[in-house]
Amino acid sequence: MDPTAKYISQKISRTRWRPVPAGLLQQPEVFAAGSWDNESNRVSIWSLGDDDSDTDGEFDEEPRLLCDSEHDGDVTDLQFLDGDRLVSASSSGAVAILKLQPDCQALSLAHVWERAHRYSCDNAPCTAVVCRSPELVSVGEDGRVILYKADQTEVVRVIENADSSTIHAVTFLRTTEVLTVNSIGQLKMWDFRQQSDSPAQILSLTGDRVPLHCVDKHPNQQHIVATGGQDGMLCIWDVRQGNTPFSLIEAHSAEMWEVHFHPSNPNHLFTCSEDGSLLHWETTSGSDMSTLLQRGWNSRVVSHSGVPLAGEDDSVVSSWLAGDSSKNRLEATHMLPSQTLSVNSLDVLEQCLVCGTDGEAVYVHRQLPNFSI
Amino acid sequence: MMSLLQFIPGAGFHQKHLGFEWGPGDLLVYETNYKLQGIRPRSAGSPSVHVVRRDEDICSPILRKLFNESHLIFVGLQKIKEDVPSKNKKSQFVSISKNYRSVIRACMEELQQNAGKRSPDTHHVSILLAIELIWNLCEVLFIDAAPAGSLLLHLLDWVRLHKSDVDARAREVLQSDSPAQHQSYWDVPAGTQTLTEFDVKWRHWHEECDRCLQDNTFASNRHLETICKILVGDEDTLLEQRELLSTWYHFLVTRLLFTHPTIKPPDLHYYAQSSMNMFLGPRASPEPLDIILLSAFEFDLHQVIKDCSIALNNWWFVAHLTDLLDHCKLLQSHNLQCVSHIRSSYLSYMHVCVSLWQLAVDYFDHCPEFGRVYLELQIERVPLDTERKAIKVLRICEDRQMSEQVRSICKIMAKRALRNNRLGSALSWSIRAKDAAFATLISERFLQDYSNKGFFTDLDLLDNLGPAMLLSDRLTFLGKYREFHRLYGEKRFSEAARLLLSLMTAKIAPRSLWMTLLTDALPLLEQKEVIFSVDQTYELMSCLEELNSGTKDLNQTDQDEDIESTKTELLRLALARNLAMAIVKEGTIET
Repeated sequence: MDPTAKYISQKISRTRWRPVPAGLLQQPEVFAAGSWDNESNRVSIWSLGDDDSDTDGEFDEEPRLLCDSEHDGDVTDLQFLDGDRLVSASSSGAVAILKLQPDCQALSLAHVWERAHRYSCDNAPCTAVVCRSPELVSVGEDGRVILYKADQTEVVRVIENADSSTIHAVTFLRTTEVLTVNSIGQLKMWDFRQQSDSPAQILSLTGDRVPLHCVDKHPNQQHIVATGGQDGMLCIWDVRQGNTPFSLIEAHSAEMWEVHFHPSNPNHLFTCSEDGSLLHWETTSGSDMSTLLQRGWNSRVVSHSGVPLAGEDDSVVSSWLAGDSSKNRLEATHMLPSQTLSVNSLDVLEQCLVCGTDGEAVYVHRQLPNFSI
Repeated sequence: MMSLLQFIPGAGFHQKHLGFEWGPGDLLVYETNYKLQGIRPRSAGSPSVHVVRRDEDICSPILRKLFNESHLIFVGLQKIKEDVPSKNKKSQFVSISKNYRSVIRACMEELQQNAGKRSPDTHHVSILLAIELIWNLCEVLFIDAAPAGSLLLHLLDWVRLHKSDVDARAREVLQSDSPAQHQSYWDVPAGTQTLTEFDVKWRHWHEECDRCLQDNTFASNRHLETICKILVGDEDTLLEQRELLSTWYHFLVTRLLFTHPTIKPPDLHYYAQSSMNMFLGPRASPEPLDIILLSAFEFDLHQVIKDCSIALNNWWFVAHLTDLLDHCKLLQSHNLQCVSHIRSSYLSYMHVCVSLWQLAVDYFDHCPEFGRVYLELQIERVPLDTERKAIKVLRICEDRQMSEQVRSICKIMAKRALRNNRLGSALSWSIRAKDAAFATLISERFLQDYSNKGFFTDLDLLDNLGPAMLLSDRLTFLGKYREFHRLYGEKRFSEAARLLLSLMTAKIAPRSLWMTLLTDALPLLEQKEVIFSVDQTYELMSCLEELNSGTKDLNQTDQDEDIESTKTELLRLALARNLAMAIVKEGTIET
């Protein structure tokens, strides 16, 4: 089934589902979108409409705008802190908490840390932010790692000069540990319990120092992490075990902007890229992702309809570690019907997928095909 | 042509002549130094520059949707391969044409919904209406190239689509007659009968209608008589229904419906011209839209495009339509320059909305002749506010092998990073551009920092250079030098010693730093244990002598000279002592 497309007249840098209250088993209905590269950028909240679908399960509702708010600078990252608070990172170096009014009637600024990221005489964009309520961590082009608490006006801790290059993404590993990736291809683990400002561990690929742009942790297994970089390679790492990634897959032909494990079904992985594609990776064998990681797999990319898309590169089969190739397979499916401009962001929750592109369109899948929990 | 009078607040305050310069979408107005005659100048203030922009907001959200959606269709169109047989291609082109039109329609609907709030929107709505009308007609006549028989049906659909309320009333008029007489009429499209068969039946029916009229069958009922006259295609009666018809082309199609349903495309223009004349009457003159439609009916594509470019002031429409027609191979070669010109005009029009630079790239790619050159010039002017944006611009350049632009963008980013003391970022940009010269610059910076501070900064970078180290000699030296320090710190003295020596003997280290390296060797020489072997010591000595034998630096002050000579003395002493111990050590037989 094709996704619903909605053109929203602004280039989209981030899309995020609003979290559904736990235990309710609802499908998400509301998502936030942040724009970039506009004269005036905005964070906007959209709704998918009523959940009473027709009997045949067809959802033709386009997303509709609930509310939005002006944002100073590009929205470089967006994360929901909880059901009604949203954290945004800006290219002006600011990190802000936005509050969503009940019934999503309005979006207002609750608190902002101006110039959290900065150079001595210039602004430094904040590149990513991650939340684990009530804590937030932000990273930026100035190489700082900053820890905040949502209700405190002062920042809790700043790791100055955490990195001599730009830090592109960050994720929580454990409650007090974060993992960052930078533009010289390194993963660094930071433990906030430690007083020193140096990383607990540094991992990197032995080859060329390819910038890494995104990172995500396996929802159940804290030590398994996926990264994507400038060359479109998807790498899966085990952070306990040394310096090289377990798997290297040629996923995309250009920068990979986001990688996400499905939060409740980690056998599914999603990646999106500058090359205009969004791929859904799933294992076809019975084994789960982590066993697969240890044994290795073959991957095969198929298009959504089984027919190769125009411009698709046939040689996207990974070079791969020895594994039991007949049993362990990783299949990738294109989720967008045709090649668009860069897909900058994706988010997946339950059975719903939302993504945003530089072609100013948001695509929503309300029911992921071939997906079962 | 409309002329606008706009009062620019603040301009001319100083009673000076104003100058102006056209930009891509705006006008630059500035104060010159020339005084207006006869006016005493006021005190000279600072001259100001005004940027005057048209009110028409090309960046309006709804128009942006039009640009983005049509861009996707455009890109898809370019991908249609040449080798597909033309029959299949025609249906593809027709469906693409329909896609474009549905995008126009969606845009129009949205504008109409917002129409009350902003007046420029109503202006856009009427332009889009005209565009869709013309496009649809071109689709029927040129892209679909409907043959006789189905041509009229397509034209009926066309008229219907654009005059829906009139159609409702017309249908009323038609329906009031017996349906049976119309059955055979609508059989044509199904292709159940050939054109000639239909023609014969139609003529038969037409004669019957005529006979009814002559016999005054309907004389009693004026209404029915009018209907019968319409059915016969009596022009005067049709013209009486002018209000219902509202446009001459509706009149044309109605007229053809009742007089020549099997009209062939080449015959269309005669009826078009006469219909227009009859409908408009002798006093009214045709509007630009009418002229365009007439040219279409005359199958003069070139004229249609030319008139559209002038009259509509909307490059989007002309650019996309001509591109589609070009793919259908309907434009002759002398029109191709026209296509190129149109496309570049569209691009400069899009340029006004700065965010659309990514869309523009795909259009540049398919601009014959100058596309590449324009793109190269354009891409260098995209402001690089953040690293992410620079990465996207670089990707565009790399995909098109624009190596000059890659180098210059990376250099801009690297310089900026260096200025902000982000040495790792600067290095990563140099690596991407494979810029050895810049990598050397960065290394120099590191070494400078080291000699100023006494320790290395950014160890995470230096310790993990990897293959990037080979990008430049200086960088290699830096990496290895850092490694030396690390080995020393880990007390792996002999390895450290070996490395240090190789840095000098393999000429990796620049001469200027040899003294520093030799000074670094001092602690190793002073260790209780002998670290440097005899051979190694000899090599160190020769390095020292080589250093001293070089031409004296005339700029050295006396104080510096003293320091230098003290250092040299110390080194000589240490080396000599080490040599002695090494000889003894190597000469001793272990028992």
